[in-house]
Amino acid sequence: MIQITRTIPRLILTLIAALCFASCGGIQNAINPAGPNAQNISSLWWLMFIVCSIVFVLVMIAVLLALRKRTVEAADRVPMLEPSEESERRRRNVVISLTTITVIILFVFLIASYSSGRSLRLNDPTKNGLSIELTGHQWWWEVRYQDVDASNIFTTANEIHIPVGVPVMFSLRGADVIHSFWVPNLAGKKDLIPGKINTIWLQADKPGVYRGQCAEYCGLQHAKMALWVVAEPQEQFNAWRQNQTQQAVQAASDVQKRGQQIFFSTTCVMCHAINGTPAGSNIGPNLTHVGSRHMIAAATLVNTREHMAQWIQNSQTFKPGNKMPQHNLSDADLQALVEYLQSLK
Amino acid sequence: MSHEEEQRNISHEKAQKAHKEGRSDKWSNSTISDEELAEAMRQEREELEKTWARPSGVWGWFTDTDHKAIAKRYIVTAFVFFLLGGIEAALMRIQLAFPENHFLNPDRYNQIFTTHGTTMMFLFAVPIMTAFGIYFVPLMVGARDVAFPRLNVYGYFVYLIGGLLLYTGFFLNTGPDAGWFAYVPLSGPAYSPGKRVDIWAQMITFTEISALVGAIIVIGTAFKMRAPGMSINRIPLFVWAQVVTGFMIIFAMPAVMLASSFLASDRLIDTHFFNPAEGGDAILYQHLFWFFGHPEVYIIFIPALGFISPIIVTFARRKIFGYVALVLALISTGFIGFGLWVHHMFATPIPQMGQSFFTAASMMIAIPSGVQIFCWIATLWGSKLNIKTPLLFVLGFFAIFVLGGLTGLMLASVPLDLQIHDTFFVVAHLHYVLIGGAVFPLFGAFYYWFPKWTGRMLSERAGRWNFWLMFIGFTLVFFPMHQLGLNGMPRRVYTYLPETGWGTLNLIASIGAFVLAAGVLVFIVNAIWALRAGIVAGDNPWGADSLEWSIPSPPPNYNFHNIPVVQGRYPIWQATADAPIVRGLNTKKRETLVTSVMDAQPELRFDIPGPSLWPLMVALATAVTFIIGIFTPWAFLVGAILAGITLACWFFADPNYENKHARETGDKSEHVSPRAELQPKEV
Repeated sequence: MIQITRTIPRLILTLIAALCFASCGGIQNAINPAGPNAQNISSLWWLMFIVCSIVFVLVMIAVLLALRKRTVEAADRVPMLEPSEESERRRRNVVISLTTITVIILFVFLIASYSSGRSLRLNDPTKNGLSIELTGHQWWWEVRYQDVDASNIFTTANEIHIPVGVPVMFSLRGADVIHSFWVPNLAGKKDLIPGKINTIWLQADKPGVYRGQCAEYCGLQHAKMALWVVAEPQEQFNAWRQNQTQQAVQAASDVQKRGQQIFFSTTCVMCHAINGTPAGSNIGPNLTHVGSRHMIAAATLVNTREHMAQWIQNSQTFKPGNKMPQHNLSDADLQALVEYLQSLK
Repeated sequence: MSHEEEQRNISHEKAQKAHKEGRSDKWSNSTISDEELAEAMRQEREELEKTWARPSGVWGWFTDTDHKAIAKRYIVTAFVFFLLGGIEAALMRIQLAFPENHFLNPDRYNQIFTTHGTTMMFLFAVPIMTAFGIYFVPLMVGARDVAFPRLNVYGYFVYLIGGLLLYTGFFLNTGPDAGWFAYVPLSGPAYSPGKRVDIWAQMITFTEISALVGAIIVIGTAFKMRAPGMSINRIPLFVWAQVVTGFMIIFAMPAVMLASSFLASDRLIDTHFFNPAEGGDAILYQHLFWFFGHPEVYIIFIPALGFISPIIVTFARRKIFGYVALVLALISTGFIGFGLWVHHMFATPIPQMGQSFFTAASMMIAIPSGVQIFCWIATLWGSKLNIKTPLLFVLGFFAIFVLGGLTGLMLASVPLDLQIHDTFFVVAHLHYVLIGGAVFPLFGAFYYWFPKWTGRMLSERAGRWNFWLMFIGFTLVFFPMHQLGLNGMPRRVYTYLPETGWGTLNLIASIGAFVLAAGVLVFIVNAIWALRAGIVAGDNPWGADSLEWSIPSPPPNYNFHNIPVVQGRYPIWQATADAPIVRGLNTKKRETLVTSVMDAQPELRFDIPGPSLWPLMVALATAVTFIIGIFTPWAFLVGAILAGITLACWFFADPNYENKHARETGDKSEHVSPRAELQPKEV
């Protein structure tokens, strides 16, 4: 029952996301803001873009006007070493005026920039806001939802759900090297630096899927270290969160049981955790609810049975250099494993 | 033309002619006939040619100290690195032309983008700008050589060895792959195993020593070896730019030395400067690197500003507008450039208040740049212009650099930077300011000064093709990248998913890369052709002003037969028929004039050392230290001993050992330079 009511909205979301991706990349776009942070910055962008464009055009016109008089005379024309006092004075006045205008424009930019920066800070969320601890690994995102009540704390990977209209506070850490958390539709980026804790808050004002990508070179698979931020209405978010705090669904059918067996007898169990089973390693992404994620491999592949099978068997083909080993499972074993993992909703 | 103008023209021509022949009108009153004078001058020139003769053959290549030869070597070497860096860029653009392309695997791509950045920044841009300084500063200030000729040779070999080190690693598939700024912890021992990053860290040492050497030489020459009369307010803007750059190099390089040495030390001998697990700090690396890294781009950019002023003056055929403002703008750019570095670190947890200071400084630096642009436009305004290729490239600079500077203001703002930092927007910005601000003026400088180096003109027609292909190609490559950055594409990605929609703009950029490459190819063909079949250039084909145009093309080894006494900011244009010259420098041993800093009053006759093997030897000792230092710390001990021995040999060797002619005929008893004074003007 729970599965059906979740499948349809999920399918719709995926379809919308795919359409958005295909048309204009609007879900990973700094000038398509979907929240107050990004909106703020986008306004600043348009101000600077318009002013700078005007300045550029004016300077180009000045250069072209300066080229008005042409000649093909030879190089031994006598040079002008004593131009008239008046023309020099005029030039000086023009240069001084233009410099003054430049200074004024820079001050305008400075003030706009400062006030934009202030409003990005002012809205520090209160205790009613959501708090998430995000840790960057090579090459995936560990997402840990915090809560005052310890039983509401859970860990997931690569996909963040947030309620619409609620500020979310992120505490950012780097586990190995420097990464950068960037969801352009919602906010600017902040670096995840080992040994430091960085913070950023963001808020989505419209429901939707927003794609983020690591923005600090972090090694071989920096290019494919992405994540999804899914903004949904509060009730939907609550339901999702409630589900995430549960332990993993028990393997029901024979195939799923077989799959679980395979999970425990190959290298999988060494890196991945499934809450409610003996698998507890946090070297790799937590798989407790992997079946309900839209994408796998850090938002590289759509989460279908086929993709998951290919990913498990030949991860190096999709992301050469990533830390998951390839496998040599038989077709039946692989299918069983995928069945089991897909059942973990 | 009025009678007045005619008179002016005639006396100007006469003065030019007399000045060139090294005599003044005063001689016409003396008892020596013109023929006897010409014969005496010819004999002196012969003596000078023997004294300043360059050693030949392979041995000669390793020991020659002629600053022009060394500078030309720097330029050719740097240009080869430019081409290699360009090939790396072309490879990257092929890989990024289509989503999920399989032309390069991620490891190869990462090595290539790292090597591209490292090559362009360390092995091409800084050395070639230094090279122009080494070639032209002595000529423009009226000296016979640079202040430290043997040090110059050392600087070149250290640079060459550093470049060979990097490329040996690259071609052996062990090239650095952590980016041209190699942030820790990625570049640290835990996450970059092997010797890749060590090669990078040590190569930095070589190029940094070479840059420091170049800086010292330029500053020494520009301050102490100017022709009499070239007081500090008459120094050409080209020389000012080189001097400001020299000081920037001296203050900036130690920071990168610390950054790379600490990194090498973390990797080689288990220190923990940057290891947070043991109390180190990953951000310390960023501070140390960017304290150098930001001035580094100004070190590349400011010499190019020094190219633009003389080209504009020559083609506008009037004195520069706002000389003092331009000098102050250069100095303040150099100064403010040291206060910007945190703008590369806005995404780190540095407190907002501190970051805001750097926003203000990063915006403020636009003011001197703006002043310069306005003064140049004011110089061009109203003059009848003959738009030859050098001027064309300067106009290209205006179009491209101004746009790059404006996107720089966007990046200076903390909130906006947090969106566009580390995206293709930054890639677009940096190429706009570096290619527009440095490479375009550089190509203009090639066209402008090629006749001086080689005695031949480059083809104007090919020059136009060169310019337009480069301009259009450049725009196609880098303009779309602004959009890509705003559309969410981060930097340093070896591929991207098709769903992102970034494919079209990337394809345009990749096509543009080949147009740009075609432009560069036209230049190479032009240069090769011109060496053999270009129009023969006289001393001063452009009718330009500064002192390098008063001597033959290419210049004789001794540069000036008679060092001129400068009478104004425009030594050739303002030369009168009775302009004094410097007489009395020894023609049997290498000598030049050392003058005071502010007013260029003569102080000493200075012995210039001749060819020597020791700079190469010290360079090899340096190479042993830092290359074997990649593998074992003992190399530093062995290398120090070797360096000590070779340096001692350098210091105690006879500076004129190689100069047989000087040894045979020179005045060996005179090791103390006699004081020099200007002779009274009456003959």
